[in-house]
Amino acid sequence: MEPGWRWELSAVHHLRLRRHTQDDDTLSPALRLDTFKMAMHSPVPVAELLLRRLEASDGGLDSAELAAELGMEHQAVVGAVKSLQALGEVIEAELRSTKRWELTAEGEEIAREGSHEARVFRSIPPEGLAQSELMRLPSGKVGFSKAMSNKWIRVDKSAADGPRVFRVVDSMEDEVQRRLQLVQGGQAEKLGEKERSELRKRKLLAEVTLKTYWVSKGSAFSTSISKQETELSPEMISSGSWRDRPFKPYNFLAHGVLPDSGHLHPLLKVRSQFRQIFLEMGFTEMPTDNFIESSFWNFDALFQPQQHPARDQHDTFFLRDPAEALQLPMDYVQRVKRTHSQGGYGSQGYKYTWKLDEARKNLLRTHTTSASARALYRLAQKKPFTPVKYFSIDRVFRNETLDATHLAEFHQIEGVVADHGLTLGHLMGILREFFTKLGITQLRFKPAYNPYTEPSMEVFSYHQGLKKWVEVGNSGVFRPEMLLPMGLPENVSVIAWGLSLERPTMIKYGINNIRDLVGHKVNLQMVYDSPLCRLDAEPRPPPTQEAA
Amino acid sequence: MPTVSVKRDLLFQALGRTYTDEEFDELCFEFGLELDEITSEKEIISKEQGNVKAAGASDVVLYKIDVPANRYDLLCLEGLVRGLQVFKERIKAPVYKRVMPDGKIQKLIITEETAKIRPFAVAAVLRNIKFTKDRYDSFIELQERLHQNICRKRALVAIGTHDLDTLSGPFTYTAKRPSDIKFKPLNKTKEYTACELMNIYKTDNHLKHYLHIIENKPLYPVIYDSNGVVLSMPPIINGDHSRITVNTRNIFIECTGTDFTKAKIVLDIIVTMFSEYCENQFTVEAAEVVFPNGKSYTFPELAYRKEMVRADLINKKVGIRETPENLAKLLTRMYLKSEVIGDGNQIEIEIPPTRADIIHACDIVEDAAIAYGYNNIQMTLPKTYTIANQFPLNKLTELLRYDMAAAGFTEALTFALCSQEDIADKLGLDISATKAVHISNPKTAEFQVARTTLLPGLLKTIAANRKMPLPLKLFEISDIVIKDSNTDVGAKNYRHLCAVYYNKNPGFEIIHGLLDRIMQLLDVPPGEDKGGYVIKASEGPAFFPGRCAEIFARGQSVGKLGVLHPDVITKFELTMPCSSLEINIGPFL
Repeated sequence: MEPGWRWELSAVHHLRLRRHTQDDDTLSPALRLDTFKMAMHSPVPVAELLLRRLEASDGGLDSAELAAELGMEHQAVVGAVKSLQALGEVIEAELRSTKRWELTAEGEEIAREGSHEARVFRSIPPEGLAQSELMRLPSGKVGFSKAMSNKWIRVDKSAADGPRVFRVVDSMEDEVQRRLQLVQGGQAEKLGEKERSELRKRKLLAEVTLKTYWVSKGSAFSTSISKQETELSPEMISSGSWRDRPFKPYNFLAHGVLPDSGHLHPLLKVRSQFRQIFLEMGFTEMPTDNFIESSFWNFDALFQPQQHPARDQHDTFFLRDPAEALQLPMDYVQRVKRTHSQGGYGSQGYKYTWKLDEARKNLLRTHTTSASARALYRLAQKKPFTPVKYFSIDRVFRNETLDATHLAEFHQIEGVVADHGLTLGHLMGILREFFTKLGITQLRFKPAYNPYTEPSMEVFSYHQGLKKWVEVGNSGVFRPEMLLPMGLPENVSVIAWGLSLERPTMIKYGINNIRDLVGHKVNLQMVYDSPLCRLDAEPRPPPTQEAA
Repeated sequence: MPTVSVKRDLLFQALGRTYTDEEFDELCFEFGLELDEITSEKEIISKEQGNVKAAGASDVVLYKIDVPANRYDLLCLEGLVRGLQVFKERIKAPVYKRVMPDGKIQKLIITEETAKIRPFAVAAVLRNIKFTKDRYDSFIELQERLHQNICRKRALVAIGTHDLDTLSGPFTYTAKRPSDIKFKPLNKTKEYTACELMNIYKTDNHLKHYLHIIENKPLYPVIYDSNGVVLSMPPIINGDHSRITVNTRNIFIECTGTDFTKAKIVLDIIVTMFSEYCENQFTVEAAEVVFPNGKSYTFPELAYRKEMVRADLINKKVGIRETPENLAKLLTRMYLKSEVIGDGNQIEIEIPPTRADIIHACDIVEDAAIAYGYNNIQMTLPKTYTIANQFPLNKLTELLRYDMAAAGFTEALTFALCSQEDIADKLGLDISATKAVHISNPKTAEFQVARTTLLPGLLKTIAANRKMPLPLKLFEISDIVIKDSNTDVGAKNYRHLCAVYYNKNPGFEIIHGLLDRIMQLLDVPPGEDKGGYVIKASEGPAFFPGRCAEIFARGQSVGKLGVLHPDVITKFELTMPCSSLEINIGPFL
């Protein structure tokens, strides 16, 4: 097998219909393969035969006629035409399509053996034939009705042993056979339009379109062409024959064949980059492998009161089974209870009746801050206190109304720093470094309210495309009412921020509907085609003064 | 976040100047508000009900402003204007005063029947108020905003406002059998019993949301005057008799509820906001509430609380260096009248009754920072020195993901929540055998359970991508959840790796080869000894009989692989053979 063919084969195998040679618009890739094989297997290459005939012809020749003369399949000749075309200006080939009437398989049978009705007629002896017997003949059913309507035969229903068929006329003309023979003899034009269409309706005749090439000599015509090589082969290298061979030029405009490979999901590629950013900034990853959380850790520990709207059935998925948390750290629970209901640690508290049952209710965590609370509680139990930087990226769940940008589950990114004497300026400084790594440099901060942070600030960045400030994250300093009951020292501040993973990803990849990104309805082609995630490689906005 | 809708021109008139939309947006941003939308009544109706209905509606420009959820004092035009004017130092914060009436104090007596349904009530009087249409509308709108937010849709607190001149005290707050309550409610022309009303309101788009609060209780709360006139049946509806109008001059306000603290806050907010329009501005007439135990209290509380905060604490928390005097000035701009006292480093802050959100020094620190301007704060990096660590399970997951893709498999990302059918019926399992956690309040079947296997998600991904060229080779490494009474919450996540091969042939050898590759990556040798891995013939309802094997590694079962059962393939709306592999990667840490 020549290397060129192999290349074509593999291209077809990969179902990628891009070829380095010029495309033939009339042949399917599969057909081309057959052509090549035939061209390869004949003792004298068809292309060579074609060139010899062309040299002898005046003007040119028709590919179909040549095939008939050579007694080979038309496709084989077409293959030769294609391979000669590929050599450049050796030949010129013009695609022509002609229509022709051909007999169907049944039509050919009738042209040979007569129409069904004629065969029925002939099979009836002078003394007649039982209808039941006649119907058993191969042409029986069709032939009987046709012969009846031609009034060649009749049925005697009064015969003693059932209906009997007799000839009416002594002889008949088998017009159908005659007409089909005319077509077979290439004289279809002698039939009227009506006669042809009747035969076509009987599926004896069909009109076929034949695509042929009118081949003429090209500007570089020669019968002794040396075929251009398509590719370099090991043999050429070892024999050195490559020095003497011409090589077919590549079409560099064609696409390559994409490698077979697996692909990572775009959202998780972005997740990897966020992990990387946190790790670069010295943040340690918190365990978040617990989708199920108690209301205590999800809300109460964060000083979120029990009547808070987020704890409503409409916002949070609660569990039927297991409905309640089995264990809570009861010492700590008591401190939390007291802080909510009576205050303490310098706080007025919320002054309501705090219920343990409410805290036990299990739910699907609504934020990863519940995991941060657990991590901070564990940190508080370690004496002496050591400063930490934590992060997490994982799923959270909301029983919300779904729309193009909201799903019942999404990923939350969270960063937490705990140290002595942290300030709001520190929080903003870290946020600036974090967002700079995302390629976002223009930031401003808006006062906001979160139940568990005070001060709180929403982070906005100027979006060049939308020409406006858009919220990119939420942040704040955890409330003392959250930290002190855990047992953290009083002069330790904990600053934190969070954002969703989906939103920046949708902006980065230009996705408008979140379902096109997350979940089983995703288009795998999008996954296959998605580029690397290089967050800081985004076009940076021009430097302007910091919003005052 | 609550949204307050105010007429732009009224707002500018009250602010004493006009702003461009951009200027006002900027002011909001600085103050912690958000100018959410600029619209008009006409535009709103047109958007919701079409242009025809909107014809004739007002095209006065409305500002929709998002207000922080704990700032109840900014839920109406009056409060917004006061807050912004004080912030811009154009006015001084008014001082709210409770005054005793010249004549007899209005009394509200709570009977003990209320204990089981809605035990608390507070009351106050706004005397000689002067409404205009806009003021009246704002008064009604504020009650609605409060009902939707701090009142938790009237469950915690419900407000009733009445024309005091149509009533005669003392008032009684009691609870009665629904059949024994009969009155003409607001906007009706005749009397109904409470039972009838509850039926009528089932189809009322506004009121139907509150019925559940008392619906199945034996006794309903109700307030009468001394002549037996019904003021209200909280938290559902007021009586028609005492309804207020633009011309009402004296208003009796009652708030009933299940949360005493919030009832007091709500009352304080209403009277502080609207005493502005009383003849004696910012004064509120006291009312007496007698509790079932005989104790008597006077409302509204209108309590001013003093807090002491050291200036250096504020500077240290915010990261600024302002003088105590400047800090006091900043806080005063936030409606927190402050002065420097003592050693010159102490700031005494007066928390007015409008600022119920100030419950800790950190709230004061925040207000100082807002007044200073968040965006004026110098950004600095903390010196916190730490060494980063990855969570080992996530580290392993990340490493495996890349090599799964290198092995030719494409990563899917599917939902952790799904239907019972997905994890049980479709896989030929009984739901009780899955040990799945069940959600009690799913809005649709898609959120009935947390998944116990990654397989359904991958099969659904294939079903949504049947047009893609074969074979499809997918994987996912993510968590599943199983009930587990050994954990504190009674459930546990497991990190699973699942892969499927979907083609015209089952391709068991490909999935098997992938397992071999995974074990190679995890450095687990083939064979049963020395902590190796082996697969053994097994069965499972999801697999084709004789085409399933269990995977043992390091001496324990870690998962299964095999050719999926045709029933499973069909139930996931697939048509081709498919083989799959699912293992728990936890044991390989």
